[in-house]
Amino acid sequence: MSHFLTRRRFLIGGTLGASALTLSGCDMLDQNADVATVLRSAERLTMKAQRLLQGRDALAREFGETDISPSFRVNGTSAPDSDEYAELADGQFASWRLKIDGLVNRPMAFSLADLKLMTARTQITRHDCVEGWSAIGKWTGVPLWVVLGSVGLKPTARYVVFHCADELEKTLDGSGRYYESIDLVDAHHPQTILAYQMNGQDLSIGHGAPLRLRVERQLGYKHAKYIMRIEIVDSFSSMGAGNGGYWEDRGYEWYAGI
Amino acid sequence: MNETTINDTVRYPRTVFIRRHSIIIRFTHWLNVLCLSFLLMSGLQIFNAHPELYWGHYGADGDPAVLTIGSESQGDGSHGFARVAGLQVPTTGVLGVSNVDGEPTSRAFPAWATIPSFQDLAAGRRWHFFFAWLFLINGILYLGFSLISGHFRRDLTPTTEELSPRHLGREIIDHALLRFPKGEEAKRYNALQKLTYLSVIVVLLPLMILTGLTMSPGVDAAFPWLVDVFGGRQSARTIHFITASFLVLFVIVHVAMVVLSGTWNNIRSMITGRYAIQEQGPKS
Repeated sequence: MSHFLTRRRFLIGGTLGASALTLSGCDMLDQNADVATVLRSAERLTMKAQRLLQGRDALAREFGETDISPSFRVNGTSAPDSDEYAELADGQFASWRLKIDGLVNRPMAFSLADLKLMTARTQITRHDCVEGWSAIGKWTGVPLWVVLGSVGLKPTARYVVFHCADELEKTLDGSGRYYESIDLVDAHHPQTILAYQMNGQDLSIGHGAPLRLRVERQLGYKHAKYIMRIEIVDSFSSMGAGNGGYWEDRGYEWYAGI
Repeated sequence: MNETTINDTVRYPRTVFIRRHSIIIRFTHWLNVLCLSFLLMSGLQIFNAHPELYWGHYGADGDPAVLTIGSESQGDGSHGFARVAGLQVPTTGVLGVSNVDGEPTSRAFPAWATIPSFQDLAAGRRWHFFFAWLFLINGILYLGFSLISGHFRRDLTPTTEELSPRHLGREIIDHALLRFPKGEEAKRYNALQKLTYLSVIVVLLPLMILTGLTMSPGVDAAFPWLVDVFGGRQSARTIHFITASFLVLFVIVHVAMVVLSGTWNNIRSMITGRYAIQEQGPKS
């Protein structure tokens, strides 16, 4: 009997102890830099596997008009609060210019009217947030490869960086400013567009007026809103915390295909 | 078999050890335990980022939800609830509202059930996808070995006799009365075990992987049919959650059966491969 009690006590104590250890142990592991490096190795594997399986031009599904979500949640910034942006919005973005520079042959600036005169593409696609929800919307814009074609990329170009007007986190050094980056595979994908319309209307401020990125095979945080400048680079390691985007600098994957 | 030689030195009943599980089965079993534990707890962390489930292609705040875990504040503080198909159940303390460092906090699943314990979607995703890859590789190793070695055919496929209603009925009654097979019969899985393990291996685990992949916009571009199979990304997310719940249920029953039918013998056989059988001796 006493043997049984001892064993039972041992089991209960052991189980409780083990689960407490596991719990705090996981948090400790989570903060460990080496563990983080091992866990992050999965991202490269995921990107390689997905790129291999989808090929360069596999399209994200396009839906019909009747599939559009009745309401499309505004996420991230709902209105950039800089004076500069407010001024642009007051003038219906007539004085807004999209600057494209970096590793390009001809740095240029485009007005909204310029972009609307270029080849347009309309697509009804599903927007997948990293949090788990989805919404379907209709987007119209100019394919990114068309715009990049008119400025001409230098041979060393590897990434397209989008600098945005919104500051998602208020900081003194500007490190809370939104930015994103994609590589040239996604930049040349037919569904990667600089959208100026949503559901047949000019983009609302909540959804990123005057211009936002659509990169349909990746999660929502890659779809930068309020684009002010596009910079072509060979590496993004010197920007922000060096991870290629606002959320990437806060622990999220650069490759957001999953 | 000829049992004419009676060895006087052997006394019955006696304990003999058989080799129950091969090294690959034991290795993949425990790696699976590790993977599924991390996948479940990091999965609950990810769920907490948007604790609502929908059906169809889209679903977000305001769209009709299949399941919601949330909190609402009333006069005396905040209360947690789970709402399934319009039916709302108070769950304060566990779901919706639970204690974090002694303070009632709004979070769908409690801190003790998630990895990391605090709210961190990015970290939860890193754990989840790392162990998802490990789980996939482990599953391929297990399936490959089981097909080649004959483990599926020999140990897991029920015989026609075992599938007869009479046999199954008897096994169900035996299980309900906690009467477990002894001697020669204990060397094999019984029919209920075979059917349960097969449905986990062939249905639930592959369903976890496929519904998980369907939530990936990158995979959906590569295999658009996946989305159709499950009726949309949000349906896939809901099925992922339900299937995970079935797996949790399986683990609870599985562990209960391990304990009830001989804890140490079962656990030893899954670690060292050796399983003790009580031989009653030759029938006279």
